[in-house]
Formats: sequence, structure tokens, C-alpha cells
Amino acid sequence: MSAAPASSQHPLLEVKNLRMHFPVTEGVMFRKVVATVKAVDDVSFSLRAGETLGLVGESGCGKTTTGRCILQLERPTAGEIIFEGEDLAKLDRKGLVAKRERMQVIFQDPYSSLNPRMKVGSIIGEPMKVHGILPDAKQRRERVAELLSVCGLNPKFMDRYPHEMSGGQRQRVGIARALALNPQFIVCDEAVSALDVSIQAQVINLLEDLRDKFNLSYLFIAHDLSVVRHLCHRVAVMYLGKLVEVAESDELFDHPKHPYTKALLEAVPIPDPTVEKGRVHRIMQGEVPSPMNPPSGCVFHPRCPIAVDSCKHEVPQARELRPGHWVACPRV
Amino acid sequence: MATLLEVENLRTQFETSAGTVRAVDGVSYNVEEGETVGIVGESGCGKSVGALSVLRLIPNPPGRVVGGSIRFRGEDLLAMSDEKLHAVRGGQIAMVFQEPMTSLNPVLTIGLQLCETMQFHLKLSHEQARLRAVELLGMVGISEPGRRLDQYPHHLSGGMRQRVMIALAMSCKPKLIIADEPTTALDVTIQAQILELMKDLTKRFGVALIVITHNLGVVARYADRVNVMYAGRIVESGTAADIYHRPMHPYTLGLLRSVPRMDRPRGEKLIPIDGQPPDLTREITGCAYRPRCSFATERCAREDPALEEIGPGHRSACFERNRLARVLKVAS
Repeated sequence: MSAAPASSQHPLLEVKNLRMHFPVTEGVMFRKVVATVKAVDDVSFSLRAGETLGLVGESGCGKTTTGRCILQLERPTAGEIIFEGEDLAKLDRKGLVAKRERMQVIFQDPYSSLNPRMKVGSIIGEPMKVHGILPDAKQRRERVAELLSVCGLNPKFMDRYPHEMSGGQRQRVGIARALALNPQFIVCDEAVSALDVSIQAQVINLLEDLRDKFNLSYLFIAHDLSVVRHLCHRVAVMYLGKLVEVAESDELFDHPKHPYTKALLEAVPIPDPTVEKGRVHRIMQGEVPSPMNPPSGCVFHPRCPIAVDSCKHEVPQARELRPGHWVACPRV
Repeated sequence: MATLLEVENLRTQFETSAGTVRAVDGVSYNVEEGETVGIVGESGCGKSVGALSVLRLIPNPPGRVVGGSIRFRGEDLLAMSDEKLHAVRGGQIAMVFQEPMTSLNPVLTIGLQLCETMQFHLKLSHEQARLRAVELLGMVGISEPGRRLDQYPHHLSGGMRQRVMIALAMSCKPKLIIADEPTTALDVTIQAQILELMKDLTKRFGVALIVITHNLGVVARYADRVNVMYAGRIVESGTAADIYHRPMHPYTLGLLRSVPRMDRPRGEKLIPIDGQPPDLTREITGCAYRPRCSFATERCAREDPALEEIGPGHRSACFERNRLARVLKVAS
């Protein structure tokens, strides 16, 4: 989808026609490629400084892969990732290391994303060591203490190991580590999904406070639409490797256009029995097809309530319905 | 309607190297025939252990039901002989677990797992069981049920596996199904499909359902009555309307305020619950929620609030509930 930036302001990040295809191989001695999984297929969007863009969709839709491609943790098959004016896909190792100072990631699982053998102080201090910021150990400790208190943790925690902390505290350590290099941009990959609701609210508020304090931009990858609506300025909806709709949050949640976005929003239960009784529960049938063998034409057509014959053959192009509201469906 | 299940003062403990964990510490509730009861709470509050205790599925050691009684249609399940219990478990009371990947046997075909249960409980012949298995798979919305019987769980998607689990649970015409986080591992559109299916089947066949979940939206949509658990106890119980519109325990209110809602204006700040749940290996004096509670008084530190009837079918374990009610009234 070729969604242009919503504003004329120069974007911090621009993703253009991103493709990430993974080969599927067979055989041990003579490996041969038998198929490709089109995890991300022609995805374009942009992100302004200070903006939070939500990337939503169901498991396997390619949202995490998109995030990993932007960070160059995966080298994309095709497309451009222009961050602060430079195409990351074209940078060499050295150039990339310098850029990585400016972009960080917070992972989903606070258990597996922290090294269990390192103390919290070393976990948070390591990025500074790697990038040669604050080479002095004492200064570094001071900075770690500051980061811990910014993230709502007692600075004494720096001498603890991750296993001595709860899930919510660990996630705060993950956030402190992401902040260690004063980044401009953070990919939050399901950063609050593993947390209990009372703890989740604490971490959501922390992410909001940090965004305002340091003018951060987030790519907020999540499947929980209520959280995305709460936190994001704009939202992009993905299905089977493609973007189906992009709009400002209020616009997308109040006036969803794409049939997939509509189905997704209707499926989210609202914590209020009275509201729930008044809602129509149209349940979308079927499951997400395998990305190894995606449907022809519009990938959503087998589950789409408004599909017509032409949807089976024609790949829908994105259209701008209203300023900033892009939809890849010719029928809406 | 007759009472199907009566749980009284249930206490389950685990012996660990860190000490005795009081996972369930005096829980009492009833389930009427054909109704859906939601049990909500955060990780470690004892909601799963409480449900597993009903079917005596707590691994011993380290776990042990140390007190209380569980009467199912008048008979005490805790005092029942193993032989008699086997007839109840999987027969009159069935279970649906969270992880459809791990709760089905990966080396046995779907057909075998379905037939085995029915041959044991319903004394069907192999042929009869296979016929009924086909019928059941069709009923839970699995296409080509005849062919699926000879497939293994890994051939199916997560949503399909959960449908098989539901077919398995329904196979012996149970009176009660206990579903422990049945949709937590599933995507939101699949979650909606599975929940609607469970609702249809339980209503159609008059099966009572206990749904254990941390998702307040799921409970609002499906439960007739709700038990809210914290630190091994029920802190509030009532109809869904009581719990969501007239919460009478600060923890319930805290939970409701910490989740973002799709039907509320965007940008409303979340009000998280400060702090962490208590360590259940330590003896708790007074109210377990006191350290996180904004209504706590000195009395809460000394005395343990009992779960008291405060309205028809509405119970709360809080000394300060009247003050809470006044504050809520003023706020609305």
C-alpha cells in the first residue's frame, strides 16, 4: 500500500514498498527452496517525530517482521527504510551501528528478553558500553540509576538479577535499556501484552510519560486494539503481509472502512455488560489463510462479507478516502 | 434452578522451597444449573488452582487441597473414591484448557482422543463413538469432520484445536464445563468465534460454564455472574451488572479503571493500581489488598474482611465499601 505521509512535515521514518520474503526449504543435504512466505508484501507508511503509529493485526500478519526489518534485524528482500533521511537498507555495518543509537526496541516477553546472568545494572549499561557513551564506569552507574528512577524503579535494583523481579518490573528494565542511548524512535513489539491489567496500565502510562518527556516516536506493534486506540495517534491495520487501512486513531476507530478492520473492531469485547448486550455480534467466519499460499487478488476475499467476483483477481490498490485515511478496498 | 456445584471454604496450598504458598485461601461460591460464572483476577490470584482443585487435578506433591468441601449435585468430590471421581471427571464435569497445543495428545489422532473418552464414559462401541465424533466435530464447526478424525493435532490451527477441545468437553453430555482461559492464546477474531460457539452450545444443551479469564471484556460479554479474585480469595461476587456498574470492592474498581475501553473518549488517562500483588508465601494479616488500596484504614491492617452479602446475590469483602459507594456516587 502506498500511503503517503499524512502531513507535509518531513517524516522521521519512511517505509517504502517493504517486502520480506522468507524461503521455505526442504531436504538436509541438498536444500532446495520449495516455497516462499511473503511475510511482508509491499508495505509503505511513514512516521513523524513525536508520533505513535500503531501496527495491528492477527498473529502471522507480518507486523513483527515489519518492525524487525525497520531495525535491520532482518535484511528486507526489497524496499526502502528511510530513517532520518538515510536508507538503512543501503548502510554498511558501521553506518548501521551509528544509526542504531537512534532507534531501539522493547520486546514482548520480559522473561526471555533480559539476560538472566546479567545484573540489571549491566543490562541497562551495556548499550552505553557498546556505543562508547560514558566509558567511565562510575558515570555509567549514575546514568543507570537515573534511568531506573525515570522508569519508576528503585535505583537499588541495579544490583539485582532479572529473576528477582516481577514481570512488570522486568518490563520497566527493558524500557530503561531502550532509553539508555537517548533514542528518537522505539519499536514497541507487544510491549505490554504479557502483563496483567493492573500492571499493564502502569507501563502504558509510563510509555506515555516518556513519549511526552523525550519527544519519542513509537511504532507500537500490538494485537490489543483497546490499548492501541488509547496510545496511538495513527493506526495501520495489517492482514497477511499487506496494509489494508491506515488512518488517524479517531477516524479509524469511529469510521472504519475496510471490512477486515470492521470485523476486528467488532470482535473486541467491551468491559461493560450493558454495552455488550446492545451490540450486534457479527462473527467473522474462517481463519487467516497460510501466508505460504495466500489467496489470489485481494488476500482478504475468502473471509470478506462484501467480496465480489473481481476481488478474486484484482489486487486492491490503496485509495485516500479522506485526507490521511487510506483503504485498500475498491468496494468501500 | 438447582444448585449444581457448591464450593465451600476451599483451601489449596503448594509446598515450595520458598515456603508454603496459599494459592487458594478460603474460597466459597455456587454454580447454578445452566448458568455461566466468570472468575476474573490477575496471574497468581488462584483462579486456575481453584478450578483445578474442583476436579482434583492439583499435582500432589507439591500441591494439596488442605481444607473445604466441593459438592457436585450433593456429592463431595474431595471425599469421593478415585473410581467414582473418574466417572465424573471428563463425564459430568469437563474441562477446556488454555493451550490447545499442549492439552491435546500430539501423538494420537483427533478421532482416537474423542472416541476414547466416549467409549469410557458413555460405554459406546468403537463404531458408535466414531459416528458421534463426526457429529460432534460438525457441531463445533469443523469442516470435513470425517477426514479430521484421522488427523493429528498438529494438522490443525490453534482455533481448530480449541474447537476439538470443546467437542471433547461436550462429548459426554456434561453438566458443567470449566474453561480455563479458553481463548487467551487465540487471535481476537478467533476468540470471538470460540466464545460464541461455547455460548451457543452451553445454552442449547443447558450446560453450566465456569469461565476463568483475566479479560474483563470477555466476562462482560458472556458471564451471568462474576467472582473477582485477589490473593487466593474472592473479594467480590455478584451479577455482571453489579460488578461492572456498582463495584463494591476497591480492587474491582481498580481493575475496571486500568483497562482502556473502546467505547470511551480517547485520551482518558488510565488509573493503574499501584504496587504489586502480595507474596503468598508470607502470612498476610488484615486485608491482602490493603498495601495497594486508596481506601485503606487502620482497621484493614488488623482485621481480615469477610465476604459479606451486601445486596441480593452481591457480596464484597471490604470494610470501606460504603465509603467507596459514596465516592462513586459523587463521581457519577
